[in-house]
Amino acid sequence: MKIASLHDLEKIRVEAKSLLTLREKSLLESGGETCGLEKGTEHIQILTCGGTGCQASDSAKIAENMQACLEEFGITDKVKVITTGCFGFCEKGPIVKIIPDNTFYTKVKPEDAVEIVKEHIIGGRKVERLLYVDPETNKSVSDSKHMNFYRKQVRVALRNCGLIDPENIREYIARDGYTALADCIINKTPEEVIDIVKRSGLRGRGGAGFPAGNKWEFARNSKSDIKYVVCNADEGDPGAFMDRSIMEGDPNSIIEAMAICGYAIGAKYGLVYVRAEYPLAIHRLKVAIKQAREFGLLGKDLFDRGFDFDIEIRYGAGAFVCGEETALIHSMEGMRGEPTLKPPFPAVQGYKKYPTNVNNVETLANIPIIFQNGPEWFASIGTEKSKGTKVFALAGKINNVGLIEVPMGTTLREVIYEIGGGIKDGKKFKAVQTGGPSGGCLTEKHLDIPIDYESLTAAGSMMGSGGMIVMDEDNCMVQVARFYLGFIVEESCGKCTPCRIGNKRMLEILDKIVEGKGKVEDLDKLESLAGVIKDTALCGLGQTSPNPILSTLSNFRDEYMEHVVENKCRSKQCTSMLSYTINPEKCIGCRLCAKNCPVSAISGELKQVHTIDQSKCIKCGVCLSNCRLHAISLK
Amino acid sequence: MEQNKINITIDNRPFSVKKGTTILDAAKANGIEIPTLCHINLKGTCVDNHPASCRICVVEVGGRRNLAPACATVCTEGMEVRTNSIRVLKARKTILELILSNHPNDCLVCPKSGNCELQALAQKLKIHETPYADGERSKHEVESSVSIVRDMNKCILCRRCETMCNDVQTVGAIGAINRGFITTVAPAFGQKLSESECTYCGQCVAVCPVGALTERDNTGKLIDDLSDPNKIVVVQTAPAVRVAIGEEFGYPAGTIVTGKLVTALKQLGFKYVFDTNFAADLTIMEEGSELLDRLSRFLGGDKSVPLPILTSCCPAWVNFFERQFPDMLNIPSTARSPQQMFGSIAKTYWAEKMGVPREKIVVVSIMPCLAKKYECGRDEFKVDGNPDVDYSLSTRELAAFIKQANINFNSLEDSEFDSPLGASTGAAAIFGATGGVMEAALRTAYELYTGKTLEKIDFTEVRGLEGVRQATINLNGFELKIGIAHGLGYARRMLEDIRHGKSEYHAIEIMACPGGCIGGGGQPLHHGKMETINARHKAIYEEDKNMPLRKSHENPYIQQLYEEFLGKPLGEKAHKLLHTHYFSKQ
Repeated sequence: MKIASLHDLEKIRVEAKSLLTLREKSLLESGGETCGLEKGTEHIQILTCGGTGCQASDSAKIAENMQACLEEFGITDKVKVITTGCFGFCEKGPIVKIIPDNTFYTKVKPEDAVEIVKEHIIGGRKVERLLYVDPETNKSVSDSKHMNFYRKQVRVALRNCGLIDPENIREYIARDGYTALADCIINKTPEEVIDIVKRSGLRGRGGAGFPAGNKWEFARNSKSDIKYVVCNADEGDPGAFMDRSIMEGDPNSIIEAMAICGYAIGAKYGLVYVRAEYPLAIHRLKVAIKQAREFGLLGKDLFDRGFDFDIEIRYGAGAFVCGEETALIHSMEGMRGEPTLKPPFPAVQGYKKYPTNVNNVETLANIPIIFQNGPEWFASIGTEKSKGTKVFALAGKINNVGLIEVPMGTTLREVIYEIGGGIKDGKKFKAVQTGGPSGGCLTEKHLDIPIDYESLTAAGSMMGSGGMIVMDEDNCMVQVARFYLGFIVEESCGKCTPCRIGNKRMLEILDKIVEGKGKVEDLDKLESLAGVIKDTALCGLGQTSPNPILSTLSNFRDEYMEHVVENKCRSKQCTSMLSYTINPEKCIGCRLCAKNCPVSAISGELKQVHTIDQSKCIKCGVCLSNCRLHAISLK
Repeated sequence: MEQNKINITIDNRPFSVKKGTTILDAAKANGIEIPTLCHINLKGTCVDNHPASCRICVVEVGGRRNLAPACATVCTEGMEVRTNSIRVLKARKTILELILSNHPNDCLVCPKSGNCELQALAQKLKIHETPYADGERSKHEVESSVSIVRDMNKCILCRRCETMCNDVQTVGAIGAINRGFITTVAPAFGQKLSESECTYCGQCVAVCPVGALTERDNTGKLIDDLSDPNKIVVVQTAPAVRVAIGEEFGYPAGTIVTGKLVTALKQLGFKYVFDTNFAADLTIMEEGSELLDRLSRFLGGDKSVPLPILTSCCPAWVNFFERQFPDMLNIPSTARSPQQMFGSIAKTYWAEKMGVPREKIVVVSIMPCLAKKYECGRDEFKVDGNPDVDYSLSTRELAAFIKQANINFNSLEDSEFDSPLGASTGAAAIFGATGGVMEAALRTAYELYTGKTLEKIDFTEVRGLEGVRQATINLNGFELKIGIAHGLGYARRMLEDIRHGKSEYHAIEIMACPGGCIGGGGQPLHHGKMETINARHKAIYEEDKNMPLRKSHENPYIQQLYEEFLGKPLGEKAHKLLHTHYFSKQ
């Protein structure tokens, strides 16, 4: 059925509202009494997480089991199972949420489905053991609104994730989806549309932070009958899954945004370049595109206003560098995925030489809500120069690992200690890495800086696409730099000298340092080479590749010095600098370590003190884990 | 201030430059040479490579956060450029050190030593240390094909060869494969060059700044044969060699050194020094007659006659159409190239005259071309396994051999080519330039067809260096439409037109190399200077002007050859010895 007017859209929206009423109520209100069919609750919805993280822990089976259970009890008319996008609290997944009482179940297993149905859905009794327990109060918290993880979050880009079924476009429409597109096409000129985006202050969320409205304007100003809107869904930063979650949880937001962009710049063609390693996101996008076409929200003559727009999906082929917009474009053109010089910018000469606007997934996800709630609303969130919110993938040595969204200006301390729940296992915070392989490490002294583009850059890191890796005292900062540089060396396209050869040489120096063969001069060599690479590399990947090294050298120089001068790794990560030794006073000669040593490096008679031959030892640590008397230590 | 000029400063000196000029060109025009490596731009041709990837030419631009590549950054009004600040010098040096850290640095035994742009740059920047000497290095196997040798360990990834092969020649035999540190330029799927689309045009070798792509050196074979008392070694030299080989001895480009060349060859030990130009005149006799034959049949009403007729003396071009247009194998002329016609005649006509069996004769050719090395080995150019031309040396190999032999080229007296395969006309001399073969053919075709003497011998309409040219020649009222293309990319366009029935030409000349043979893969390297090609081009026509005979059919030795031996053009004997056919190599 084709939606040909605002009236048609409204009709669907009203029809579909009923699907969402229960859930939208639960967004605003506290859960209240535990619901249950035997208590008289009319309708119950069981939301299961359909994000990749929970799916990897069998959340699909949970949904399956729930459904089977409901059918067995014959209550499918009153209770529905809905698979949604990512809830964000990945540490506690798989998540199951019960509507209307907002019960937030954590670490659910497929076997738990029966109990939840019998006890809670039918019996009206929460399954206590699956509730989240606040580590500070040691009390269970049933409604996520009361959890520290969620309290300070403002979910704008993630507004529909964990709420709607991403494979049902009606639910998106029920959430006012596509009203922005209709309003733009029917009531606004392209210039007005661009003005709204400018006024919102939205900046690119892929990492560079360029004002989106200005970018759209450049593309609009290029004269051409053929133009393209491209969504950069190549999300390549290690550990980043913001874009993936948006595509898996709310793909229609991207489609609507691309269509709005097409209208604004004068493009009929949309292309989503998504990395092939995201099969679920691809599937959800395909479903959404198919449904949008069926409803006439993609295709010819949208809203009967003569504006055509349709979207094609293109796949990446395993190259991080193809997240760079010119390399991305060349990859789509069938050429080698190598960046080319800017200018000319894609807005002037992009895909197949036509004017092209490239935006990141998260940037686009913000577009429909900016139109729905108004640009002033968006600009009221955040700081002076960084408006709106930012999605972060919080990971590392933190208690609450997951996907979060906070207003710009939230401090790192708030994110790590309040939302993140502090450092795991009570260890000491050491650093937090933002910006992936292009970013840097922020330390204790940076914890109170507000998260926004300028502040993070001034502190020696950058916003990046949203990866945030927390590190504790057990992380070796030299190894951290080496990890990111190793990634870069693997992913460098190889076109320009500084990145192709320079990064390789820097990695060789870091390898030397980590293996205990580094010298003090190597640190200067590293800094000098890093400076030239930053100054001469052809594209953003190369220009920012030295950042992890420069940032760790600047903040943790003493650690580097310990490595090269004292041959010491204080975090005990660089195995070349460590040795496993047997304490002769504790060893009873039980031979357990020797029997398990994979390289037969331990010698000694039965019931006699054993010794480890350091020249054979491969530092695997099996001996230490086998010794029941704690006679072996790592120094 | 003129409309299209802007003001900039370079190293604090003010200049006024045309809008749209790059920093590199603006500097060059004002006497400031910013070093480059990957950049090459043969002005006036489509040979233009500026990926801005070597980063050697980086300069400081006021207000810009990082350094800018001069070869690809366009000047803007008020731009302040610094080409030699300490920041720039340090960056440039580091970049070069990085390149050298992944290079064999075995200059002493490298065939490119003395002619290498990397070596020259290292000298200019006074690189005396290699700070990353113990770093990992690329490990590629050296691949030796019949014409081209690939040593990718020396490759600096300037991508000139890739641009040449894909964008200029549109052959697509090589391209960048893999990524990061192990990136290299090679045929796809690990194929050898001989298994790929490669036509051996050698243009990749012509532009390679280092020793990664060089010619297959046949000097060793030559030395062996020259020292063999049982062999009679004869040599033929191509028209394009004599206007270029002087450059290897310090002469300005375009100096005609034919006389010295002959003397040098004699001193090297060749028994007889003959001239490919003689065979070029012969080619005109056969090809001109073929053109007239097809034309008269066509005009006589036979619509099945394949037209246009295409020249076929360029072996890279022959490879190109055998591989990429095998559906049109009946269109090119069946005449062999001058190199091959020479060998065929030398080992039959001349061998008979000398009373010497063909197995005793070694025919060596000196060519501006690397595809000629491949052409010698084609099976159809052998008689019972004995090749008409044994092997070919490039202009560069000969110059090196002359130097090795301690011959003071510059002080040599002039000598003449030997008879009876040494005399030629001006028509033969112009074979070396694009349009030359066609003009030579026209001079003969005109007089044979009309029976009249040419009033103006110079067919200037077909001369020039534009990639595609056309002319209409009036042959007794008949409008003969001529097309000329040099560079395989332009050739492809012509062929596609023919394939789709859109070609209006009756005769087309194709040369694979930009400029024609003067720009061949075996010539002294031009290092991107179009002036060199231009000078050679001019010299070709100078030579023609000064020759006593300027039309191929007037060559008395050619006339004698037909009378004594061949009979008539396109006759049975001529067909057997001087014509060929083509094979589909898709």
